[in-house]
Amino acid sequence: MAGAFTNTVFGFLRCYLFLAVAGGAAVAGYTPEQLVTYVWVAQGLLAVVLLWGPPELADRIRTGEVVADLLRPVHPVTSMLATDLGRAWHAVLTRCVPPVLTGLIFFEPYLPVRWHTGPLFVLSVLFAIVITFCCRFLINATGYWLLDVRGPIMLWTLGSGVISGLYFPLRFLPEPALLALWLLTPLPSLFQAPLDVLIERDATPVQLGIVGVQAAWTVIMLLLCRYVQTRAERRLVIQGG
Amino acid sequence: MGELRAYGHLLRAQARSQLSYRVSFAIDLVSNIGATALDVLTVFVLYGVTTAIGGFRLGETMVMVGLAQVAFTLADMLVGYIERIRVYVRTGLLDTVLIRPLGPLGQLLAMDVPLRKLSRVLLAVLVLTVALARAGIDWTPGRAALVAATLIGGTAFFASIFIGTASVAFWWIESGEIGNAFTYGGRDFTTYPITVFDGAFRHLFAYGLGFGFVAYQPALALLGRADPLGLPAWAGWAAPLVCVPAALVAGLIWRTGIRHYRSTGS
Repeated sequence: MAGAFTNTVFGFLRCYLFLAVAGGAAVAGYTPEQLVTYVWVAQGLLAVVLLWGPPELADRIRTGEVVADLLRPVHPVTSMLATDLGRAWHAVLTRCVPPVLTGLIFFEPYLPVRWHTGPLFVLSVLFAIVITFCCRFLINATGYWLLDVRGPIMLWTLGSGVISGLYFPLRFLPEPALLALWLLTPLPSLFQAPLDVLIERDATPVQLGIVGVQAAWTVIMLLLCRYVQTRAERRLVIQGG
Repeated sequence: MGELRAYGHLLRAQARSQLSYRVSFAIDLVSNIGATALDVLTVFVLYGVTTAIGGFRLGETMVMVGLAQVAFTLADMLVGYIERIRVYVRTGLLDTVLIRPLGPLGQLLAMDVPLRKLSRVLLAVLVLTVALARAGIDWTPGRAALVAATLIGGTAFFASIFIGTASVAFWWIESGEIGNAFTYGGRDFTTYPITVFDGAFRHLFAYGLGFGFVAYQPALALLGRADPLGLPAWAGWAAPLVCVPAALVAGLIWRTGIRHYRSTGS
């Protein structure tokens, strides 16, 4: 309840701000209606694509409880991802609706017209959830080496909102910076990608390309998580835990 | 007098404990700049795609950004720790605060002097200084005094918002992040000209809660601009006074809350 209220207030703030930036015309390829949809769906997705969760894994590493996870017959990354997908589905049902409804009531949003945008958006959100999970896993996993993860978490908290397209559409940035962010970091795949797909900012081939880039990042990040986990397990043995 | 000395001891002990881990403290100082730096950067990005937002140019908006950020970062440094109150209420830790012979609010605030947040205040001051220097303001002694009064009033205002919203935890333990809508949301609202916002939302935040008087109205008075929304010119000069009712209301909520407090009983 409290979280949905806060997300809604920030939705109003950002929505009015972007509409003022657009000033009634299109800006960086977005019409005012598309910006409305962009902001409010982003606020709805915020609890689904969970950027900032509690550092659960890092705490388990610090207290040594993580050893119990390793005894289970399922790979730790797999079991944690399954838990996170369940959490995301719960958030879709409970946290996503109030902000999106508010946006529909108080503003004039853009509604997608292409038949394939719906399924593509769902796929894109799914990729975004998995990649965000991987990012959070990796940040927490630095705890295997650092024990205190405050530094990495602070960096993540600051950087993720900006580079993922949550604070402002990354298309506001100059083209080269945008391309570098999109191809060299997984972050634009978290919010910018599903939202651009939903509001049909680009032609169909580009829409497909965006989801393709997300798919690639999903594979890379999952492999990276498994690799880090393997290295960490070896390290854990050395520690004698 | 003895009470003040006790607070002094608490604060000094806090400062000593934080400074003793030098590297950690240095990292904290650097990373704390982040949030404010990003807020300022966002303003530049938005002005990268347009020349005017809500009828104001970059230089004019930067004056509001500077005023808002100095007031917010100062208030956050001084009383931001109050956000922890919900943990104290939930765990019953507040009992230990209440049985000591010092005021509970003062004690809570003295439990943490976030010296690490000093870097953010300095960055905000720098932004404000540059913005004021470049805005082509026709300086008079009155305008200089207005800057000082606005910063003091704005800090007191944000401090009141912090304390008022945190006190909700006395009634509603799972209030979670609801205060963020008014503290961080209020900061974001104050950062931009209120002509950006519209409808009931603008009225509620700008005039109902008073955020319009923290940076926007004083900035208009400094820049010598008439308010496009129709408030008379003297409103900018009276703006710092809005902290008085805010502080009274926050104090009332806090005192009612403390009286309302029932321990967890564990």
